Amino acid sequence: MSAFMRWVRRNLVVLAGLLTLGFLILPNVIVMVFSFNNPKGKFNYAWQEFSTDAWTDPCGVADMCGSLSLSLQIALWSTIGATVLGTMIAFALARYRFRARGAVNSLIFLPMAMPEVVMAASLLTLFLNMGAQLGFWTILIAHIMFCLSFVVTAVKARVMSMDPRLEEAARDLYAGPVQTFIRVTLPIAAPGIAAGALLAFALSFDDFIITNFNAGSTVTFPMFVWGSAQRGTPVQINVIGTAMFAVAVICVLAGILVGNRRKKHA
Amino acid sequence: MTDTTRGDVRLSGISKKYGSFQAVHPLDLTIPEGSFFALLGASGCGKTTTLRMIAGLEDPTTGTVRLGDQDVTALPPYKRPVNTVFQSYALFPHLDITENIAFGLRRRGIKSVKKQVDDMLELVQLGDHARKKPHQLSGGQQQRVAVARALINHPKVLLLDEPLGALDLKLRRQMQLELKRIQTEVGITFVHVTHDQEEAMTMADQVAVMNAGRVEQLGSPAELYENPQTTFVANFLGTSNLITAEVADSSGDSLVVKAGDAKLSLPAARTSAETRTGGKVLLGIRPEKISLVHADEAGTIAAGRNRITGRIAQSSFIGVSTQYVIDTPVCDAFEVYVQNIERDGRLTPGTEVVLHWNPEHSFGLDAAQDIDAGTEEEVTA
Repeated sequence: MSAFMRWVRRNLVVLAGLLTLGFLILPNVIVMVFSFNNPKGKFNYAWQEFSTDAWTDPCGVADMCGSLSLSLQIALWSTIGATVLGTMIAFALARYRFRARGAVNSLIFLPMAMPEVVMAASLLTLFLNMGAQLGFWTILIAHIMFCLSFVVTAVKARVMSMDPRLEEAARDLYAGPVQTFIRVTLPIAAPGIAAGALLAFALSFDDFIITNFNAGSTVTFPMFVWGSAQRGTPVQINVIGTAMFAVAVICVLAGILVGNRRKKHA
Repeated sequence: MTDTTRGDVRLSGISKKYGSFQAVHPLDLTIPEGSFFALLGASGCGKTTTLRMIAGLEDPTTGTVRLGDQDVTALPPYKRPVNTVFQSYALFPHLDITENIAFGLRRRGIKSVKKQVDDMLELVQLGDHARKKPHQLSGGQQQRVAVARALINHPKVLLLDEPLGALDLKLRRQMQLELKRIQTEVGITFVHVTHDQEEAMTMADQVAVMNAGRVEQLGSPAELYENPQTTFVANFLGTSNLITAEVADSSGDSLVVKAGDAKLSLPAARTSAETRTGGKVLLGIRPEKISLVHADEAGTIAAGRNRITGRIAQSSFIGVSTQYVIDTPVCDAFEVYVQNIERDGRLTPGTEVVLHWNPEHSFGLDAAQDIDAGTEEEVTA
């Protein structure tokens, strides 16, 4: 057997890992590279020459930054709404035995399991029948609804694995119900709540199908990207995409750094 | 000694029912201030429920809990001057050792906790670990943090719920001594729940043996061991040989009972059962109180001792002593522990022997009880 084959054998796991990683990251790299393109026509699909024009003028495309700001607002509010409601539901499901608990438990998973297009169409039917004005509020309601199940799942897992003796210990050590919740229950459930919130933000920000059905004349960022793809893709879309990716990576790195430092200190 | 009742824990008619299951039958118990008190019993006997009712973590179905002059039955746990060391320790995973120990002080609005926390860390010998998180400590260390976290509040009573259950044997021995030392040092009443009879006997001044939601017997370890009043206590604390016998004469200070061909003597004062001539009684004797001689030397046994003949079925040498199991006509599997001082080489399985003991060491029990109550087989079944 040649030396090369031996080397491949020994490093097969690493190779497979690197290939998978490349498969995951390549699209992001393309988005980033093309954010520095200077396309000839309306479509940013072929590399022409390096340029930072789009980066220096990110809001240079009509209506794009407006839709971005709307998407961020909706994502923020639906994250807050879904996290608060979802955390409360998760605690109720994990802690208490009540009538229809089983039913609630499975209904909560429905939005995750149901095809989005079906949910979108039925929501639209509901809104139209109620005579609701389609726009910011209908989008927000729809987003909170489908984010809820993800928050509930994340928080419930955390609450279920929590030792009930911890709260008893807090009560035994002179903490009343409110203090027990703030000092013990909440900090221990926090990682689950944070995971749920992050998931909710990401899901809400990039949702297209449900939003498209229930937005009326309002245009969110994913809708803007979809719409502009029909007529030509401005480089600024890649700029926003790259920036979002960078923010996410920075958040993750910061999380790792803080975690490492804590471990060293302790 | 006029003040002795001031800090006593008094349970009156306290009981707990879950649905139709009576976890604790109404019981009265007084735990003297400053004592090390153990609630001993197998799992499910109601000892932990009793402890949790003192802590306020469980509402009693009936009865009252009093701490000294104060009726605390209706108070929530955070208003009771009582702290608990949980079986799983229940240390707060998100707080370091210092903040875990300071938790109770902070909740009561005490700002400067440094000095007290340092004192506590010193008491439990964990000064170097103040800034670590609970998961970075070993089981024994976590256990000591749990004790420190409770003791820093100077509770009137410290409740310990099987605090040594998760530790290995060697560490458990060490922590038993440690807890006893701490209790002597701080002088607080300790109520210790355990299923380990040895642990209860080494540590406690007073032991309440619980079985099926009731207190079977209450007393000092020596009293419980030397003079058990039920078959459960006789079997659960150490080992007892119980012989079913018929009362032949109940007139004197010593009863004369008949078991098979043997006539045995039993002090009336050490008999908890009702004794009429002709009635049944269980005669108990601890294995280490019995002497063993080869049948050929039966003549050397002093007069006035209880004696039974039998044949050695098993012998196991365990260093300080040899444990024999002996078949006798009155009780099969009679257990005898003999100190290895002068070993008789002839005492091997199959040998005919005579067992004899001082009649004063016998105790009498009501024969209407289950003779196997509290034995290991019965408890684990």
